[in-house]
Amino acid sequence: MADSPADKLAEQMATAPILGPGHDYASVTDKISAIVLKRRPPKWWWVGFAIAFALVMLMLYSITYLLLVGVGIWGIQVPVGWGFAIINFVWWIGIGHAGTLISAILLLLRQQWRTSINRFAEAMTLFAVACAGLFPLLHMGRPWLAYWMFPYPDTMKMWPNFRSPLAWDVFAVSTYATVSLLFWFVGLLPDLATLRDRAKNPVAKVIYGFLAMGWRGSAVHWYRHETASLLLAGLATPLVLSVHTIVSFDFAFGIVPGWHATIFPPYFVAGAIYAGFAMVLTLSIPVRKVFGLEDFITMRHLDNMGKVLLATALIVGYGYMMEAFSAYYSSDQYERFMILNRMFGPYAAMYWCLILCNIVTPQFLWFRKVRSNVGALFAIAMVVNVGMWLERFVIVVTSLHRDFLPSSWGMYYPTRWDFALFFGTIGLFLTLLFLFLRFLPLISIYEMRALVSEEEKKAEG
Amino acid sequence: MKKTETIYGLMAEFTTAEQLLEAAHRTHDAGYHRVDAFSPFPIEGLADAVGFHRTRLPLVVLAAGIAGGCSGFAMQYYAAVVSYPINVGGRPLNSWPAFIPITFEMTILFAAAAAVFGMLIMNGLPTPYHPVFNVPRFALASRDRFFLCIKARDPMFDLELTRKFMATLNPREVSEIEP
Repeated sequence: MADSPADKLAEQMATAPILGPGHDYASVTDKISAIVLKRRPPKWWWVGFAIAFALVMLMLYSITYLLLVGVGIWGIQVPVGWGFAIINFVWWIGIGHAGTLISAILLLLRQQWRTSINRFAEAMTLFAVACAGLFPLLHMGRPWLAYWMFPYPDTMKMWPNFRSPLAWDVFAVSTYATVSLLFWFVGLLPDLATLRDRAKNPVAKVIYGFLAMGWRGSAVHWYRHETASLLLAGLATPLVLSVHTIVSFDFAFGIVPGWHATIFPPYFVAGAIYAGFAMVLTLSIPVRKVFGLEDFITMRHLDNMGKVLLATALIVGYGYMMEAFSAYYSSDQYERFMILNRMFGPYAAMYWCLILCNIVTPQFLWFRKVRSNVGALFAIAMVVNVGMWLERFVIVVTSLHRDFLPSSWGMYYPTRWDFALFFGTIGLFLTLLFLFLRFLPLISIYEMRALVSEEEKKAEG
Repeated sequence: MKKTETIYGLMAEFTTAEQLLEAAHRTHDAGYHRVDAFSPFPIEGLADAVGFHRTRLPLVVLAAGIAGGCSGFAMQYYAAVVSYPINVGGRPLNSWPAFIPITFEMTILFAAAAAVFGMLIMNGLPTPYHPVFNVPRFALASRDRFFLCIKARDPMFDLELTRKFMATLNPREVSEIEP
């Protein structure tokens, strides 16, 4: 039995290294910093950047038109007033959860395999939160008055409504963006010093030197740096859970059928982790390929991420089940109608697509063969990205379009401007990502050196 | 002794983390206290070895977190009870459960900012100029080399004796640091 191919594969996967063989401090440093310090970016970088940047232009165009004409250019209409803006906001912010999860929770759990993907995932978090933040801002109708949401001593003598989840959201998302940025910078600091010391180009040397703030790797500095990193991880862990909880309150505090449920906070948080890991997989698979980083982002990483994806898929599946069950069990006619309308109403196709994408497809991840197949993992992650978007569409639209009074029912049809802005933000996300890949180390170099040291110790016994 | 005033200290270079750790211990045992060690990644016990035992950073973070939470709650209390009280069907003005989310977020925001800026300030960063960078090979401290520095400010410091002592630590080389 022990010799069957499946068992051999199992053994290989369990002992697979989190770092390729034959690496020392110098080689990990040189390999990762060379990506940034190379004089010219490769051709595919220009092609990818050009496409992404074209989409940013589309975004700017659609924002400009929106500001000129108003939110009427979107498909939102009574009774569906939320539409794409909120769907995309929740989708992006969900994606933005993996970074902090990987860098904070997995750090506290001492999961060493996080080292080579955390920097990348944190950058992804920042860019996703930037995209997310645009939507509620533009959905306001008069974005130039956005500062009214913040408590400041104004001449109107008014305050934001602190009892409203929408005001909580302002604080949650802005805190999350700030803390993620700070956490990211703290991790970058020693690597910026490495780039300063390795850069040949005088301009690059000055810029990296400025950003590195004179970091010199002193033992005392490292000690405080480690302390700060651990404290930040401890602070970011409840923060990351709170953010999507508060986003779910935006829904759960309303009495709309299908939203007013206590399952919402945990179900949203699990969905966010699910979406975030799917996006990390979607991005890390091509990145490790084009940069030849198979030694650093190994099959073990992909396997682990596949497992996290499967586990969160099951939690999300439980959430869908409980939604249907509590609708039935509540004996509330509006709740019961909502779930039937969701499954068999005009948007039934979206609902079943979402079940197919989020519940059925990830079941393939039970098989080790699938988790060790890079192409299959990429395909599944892509399907989950789509599925999580559909989930938010179903939650927002099916609950709003037929709530209580049949006389106020309606349908929601997105317009081309909805799509333009959505694809535009994907462009913004990719543009920022391409710039990040070009100018900053995509893997934490100093943590990789520490990993080399640990591996050496292990090898010595 | 005269020359010691014109240099910042002596710098020894090592090739492994273990060598540096051992050298740091021996330097400290020999009675040098103005010592600093530099490494490309954090090494457990190295701060201890150069005589640095604990940081007040966690305390600062705790204080900032408490201050953030209190100010977050106070702001909402002031807005809802003092500055702009609205009677909504006789419900209490100080509806504290609704104030919890923002109080929590402010706690985290203040604490995280204190952790980052506290770390930078305590470390004296940004440091626009530091003499250790005058050693040309010090650029490798951010790659694969390990350095130990005995500062000229140390009361035990004597250029010749200290240089001899450092040679006994098996360094790759010892160099003077221009101030």
